[in-house]
Amino acid sequence: MADDIRALSAQLAQDPQSLVFLRLGEALRRKGQLDAALRVAMNGLERHPHLADAHDLYARILTDKREYERAFDEWDMAVRIAPNHTGALKGLAFLYFKVGDLAQAESHLEAARKVEPDDPSIDQAIAMMRAGESPPAPAPPPDPVAPPAPALDEARVFAGLEGANEGLLLIDGAGRVLGGALRDRAGADVTDAVAAYLAGVSQEAARTAKLLGLGAWNGLSAEGQQGNVHLGHPTPEALLLVVRERGIPLGRLAILAQRATAMARRWLERGT
Amino acid sequence: MSAPPGLDLITRVRGVRGAMLVSADDGLVIAEQLMEGVKGGAVAALAASLASRLRRAMEAAGTGTSVFWHLQAEQGALLVVPDGNSSVAGGGGILVVAVAEPDVNIGLVRLELLRVAETVV
Repeated sequence: MADDIRALSAQLAQDPQSLVFLRLGEALRRKGQLDAALRVAMNGLERHPHLADAHDLYARILTDKREYERAFDEWDMAVRIAPNHTGALKGLAFLYFKVGDLAQAESHLEAARKVEPDDPSIDQAIAMMRAGESPPAPAPPPDPVAPPAPALDEARVFAGLEGANEGLLLIDGAGRVLGGALRDRAGADVTDAVAAYLAGVSQEAARTAKLLGLGAWNGLSAEGQQGNVHLGHPTPEALLLVVRERGIPLGRLAILAQRATAMARRWLERGT
Repeated sequence: MSAPPGLDLITRVRGVRGAMLVSADDGLVIAEQLMEGVKGGAVAALAASLASRLRRAMEAAGTGTSVFWHLQAEQGALLVVPDGNSSVAGGGGILVVAVAEPDVNIGLVRLELLRVAETVV
């Protein structure tokens, strides 16, 4: 655990904008270092005020500190941002139960069950509550204290670059991975799926720009509902994808992508 | 082809060479307001094709569906806002598309595209 905390702290120091603060805050909370966890959560919230998971983490720490009113406000905020956030719904249910409002507690647990019907902990909480027992304190989101993702191959390509250990993927024109890797928000490795979908995009972007009389294409930026991406092409065939959370503006992402593109180009030219 | 009132909000921005509504499903033009020389049919087909690939890749990457994207090139840019329906699996819906000069104010065009996308939903 101590090693995890050290590794997560180092990761956060290297990229303060990253979401690794969620895992670090939860790891500290589990270790009982509530003041440190609170600081991490607050710093994270300052950078990501619209991230429901950040409010959820903060609320869990406040609950551990028995600051229930503030915890309620945070879970309430999380649900306003993400109405289907089951962690926050369960948290609110827990707090409603604590003040004796069983109807509200059950209603929030039912709402959580609609979102995650296969989550046995929700059924268990409802059963406990109906039996007059306090439902368990809200659990953290899935696998928040998982060890940091192992260093991926991109370290060789993008070493020294901001966020080198996450969200960078270099592929060839056929969708084969040349370097880097991607994980989705749940931490699952989605490298191959994304690479497959991006196969041919470089050629298609080039064809589009040419047919429209726009000359050679330099990059493609896209704003998603939960994250932003930038595509560049270090060589005519290769494609570099940079993925970052939505809090990173497209302009900054483009600058980061330019640096990554230059590094990838050098790496490809060296033939490593 | 007559243009819906919203498109002139986009083409009024300095550096924009044309704006279109495109069917995300088949890449056909729904409405357009283009300067001479801009190939509407090609813009529509290519924008729809790129939008489809991008949507699938972004969903797989966990960033959610795209709400705005732009292709930057040496001599211009293609800017696209999918409406809510073209963001869902299976496509459908409409793309609001602009073709612009390289020095266009991207932020301003983005705002106008989003505004038009809201009106066409």
